Amino acid sequence: MGQAAPARDLPLALKGTDRGKRIITAADDLAHHIGVRPGQAVVKAQALYSDLLLMDAEPDEDREALERLAIWALRLSPIVAADPPDGLVIDTTGADHLHGGEDKMVDAIVARLAETGITAIAALADTHGAAHALARFGGKARLIVPAGQTADAILPLPAAALRLPPPLIENLKSLGFDRISDLASKPRAPLTLRFGPELGRRLDQALGRLVEPIKSAREVQYIEMRQIFAEPIGAPETIERYTRKLTADLCDALEVAGLGARTLDLLLYRVDNRIETIRVGTAKPVRDVKQLSRLLCDKIESIDPGFGIEVMTLTATAAEPLLAKQVGAAFAGAPKPEVGGLVDILANRLGQRAIDRPTPAASDLPERSVAWAEPDAEIKQGFPKEWKRPTRLLVRPEPIEVLALLPDHPPRAFTWRGLRHRVASGDGPERIFGEWWKRDPELESVRDYYYVVDDTGKRYWVFRDGDGEFDDTGKQGWYMHGIFA
Amino acid sequence: MPASAKPSIADLRDRIRRLENGAAHNWPALPFGIEEIDRRLPGGGLALGCLHEVAGGGSGAIDGAAAAAFAAGIAARTEGQVMWCLTKADLFPPGIADAGLGPERLLRVVVDDDKALLLSMEEGLRHGSLSAVVGEVMRLDMTASRRLQLAAESTGTMGIALRRWRREVDAADFGQPTASRTKWRVTEVPPETLPVNGVARGRWLLELLRVQGAECADFYVEACDEQGSVAPSPVLADRSATTGYGAGRASA
Repeated sequence: MGQAAPARDLPLALKGTDRGKRIITAADDLAHHIGVRPGQAVVKAQALYSDLLLMDAEPDEDREALERLAIWALRLSPIVAADPPDGLVIDTTGADHLHGGEDKMVDAIVARLAETGITAIAALADTHGAAHALARFGGKARLIVPAGQTADAILPLPAAALRLPPPLIENLKSLGFDRISDLASKPRAPLTLRFGPELGRRLDQALGRLVEPIKSAREVQYIEMRQIFAEPIGAPETIERYTRKLTADLCDALEVAGLGARTLDLLLYRVDNRIETIRVGTAKPVRDVKQLSRLLCDKIESIDPGFGIEVMTLTATAAEPLLAKQVGAAFAGAPKPEVGGLVDILANRLGQRAIDRPTPAASDLPERSVAWAEPDAEIKQGFPKEWKRPTRLLVRPEPIEVLALLPDHPPRAFTWRGLRHRVASGDGPERIFGEWWKRDPELESVRDYYYVVDDTGKRYWVFRDGDGEFDDTGKQGWYMHGIFA
Repeated sequence: MPASAKPSIADLRDRIRRLENGAAHNWPALPFGIEEIDRRLPGGGLALGCLHEVAGGGSGAIDGAAAAAFAAGIAARTEGQVMWCLTKADLFPPGIADAGLGPERLLRVVVDDDKALLLSMEEGLRHGSLSAVVGEVMRLDMTASRRLQLAAESTGTMGIALRRWRREVDAADFGQPTASRTKWRVTEVPPETLPVNGVARGRWLLELLRVQGAECADFYVEACDEQGSVAPSPVLADRSATTGYGAGRASA
């Protein structure tokens, strides 16, 4: 949370609402120590300790963070799922030996989570239900139940450990079913009749009598097309042909998914196990076969096929929703292509920064008055029209020698790049003040711009660094800055 | 077409022109709105879907300031986005906006060399989404210009090659034949003297050095206004009689 993080030496609790009541949803160690418990009313917690830090609970964000954590945990085992609101479930079957045994694996997970600031409680058991119950009600930070001893481990736990809805737990409690053992020893039929099928199902899941599949978290599924060649290919024309074919297939798949590609990765696997890559990007989601294959084929010449290419894959590594739209009626003639397509072609060939659009920037200094934005930038207003501006602005103002009457007459003559120009007419000064809020040295600085026409009719934009009177406004040197039409 | 020409002759000329150009389309022309200039150009204006060349005269061959305004004025009078390709990033958009081409229609492409610039221009002309492509190019030979011309013909996008050189003497290169439809040289000339202190609207000598299917001419005009239109200069009126050589057979 950075700067916004709460102080560590004050008890912290999260608040939320439950059926219109403001209650505590979570409390840290300090808060727990002074008696704040989840489920308590907020007023009661505040009465316990007036300096209690209260923050809003954000269950949606918690859930998203848990999903991200689940994806991180995919490195431990291929089957991992978030178990909202507060847990992760990892199926470690067949994965523990990779980490040196169950013991070491659990230690490693807890330690790794502790490094990122998460205090984790880990329990390992034969079933999801048992591990879930032991982690929350087992009373130990780390608990590993050896295979086959699950029933013994969970029977003494309270009935609330069974992942049952809260009203059912209340109900059980009021009837005297405190522990799982109380439930497990009773005949099933009357229990189901009294409490519904959920109780029996959860009990069976915890004891391993009923399988419970875990739906694993997955990283975003990419849309990918693959082409395998019986004989390695190498000719650019062949690569191009298959690139077009893959692009067409990919565009069909994108259309089914209602997506348009933003980034495409074409991977070419060579026979000597090297991978050649082509990556192209687009400014807007696209699924036009012609446009995308054009972008990819433009780069084929950069590929070195070596002894041949065995496999080609084309993946849409970034895709965004793109709704289908009608592209003109048949009798209206061919539709005019969009500028975006051209921008993509040029940006992929020349680089993202090669193509841009001028936008007015809020600055009086000429060199800062134009900002170069993305080609699809929206232009809200034009450039100010009060003063004429040159069509060419020198990248760096060039010093000139000037004959001028001080303080505010246009030059009579000037020498620029070794050539002397006699001024026939001039206009100015247009006084531009330094932007002191950007840089300190500009606090007092002044530039006086003059629009001058020499006797051949050429028009120049020259300025004096300073106001012509006071030296603290500038060094009073003259510069050429632009050329008018 | 001179009014005296018979319709059958006109038709024949039209067919010959089409055969010569090999063009699938006959794109319309963009008139300047000045009768004196438009009647010198076949089709009554600058042909769309063609390549045109513009250069500055004198030191304008180096800075291309007036040529840029002239090109921007032409591009501004087309309808659509304009791409401006250059190797030297000294184009100042507020000045270009003064010639009618605002930032909402201007895309800039900065490349390293003439080769990449010509490729970008060709791409822009061939794509068909733009109304005009301006490229500031130093060397333009027959092959390169022919490619641009064909690309422009295929979509009706106007191509303008703004020629700029490093030294004034290199500008002799402008005399080399290219496949462009017209060649213009824009030179600033002294404006009229105002009775008060200040600067009058710019005045240009527009030299039409080459035009396919018509004769060369030169005109004095007032610089582009904010709609991108040049205006006939009073000098133009004065000079029209003397430059009227061959006026009657301008399109012969």
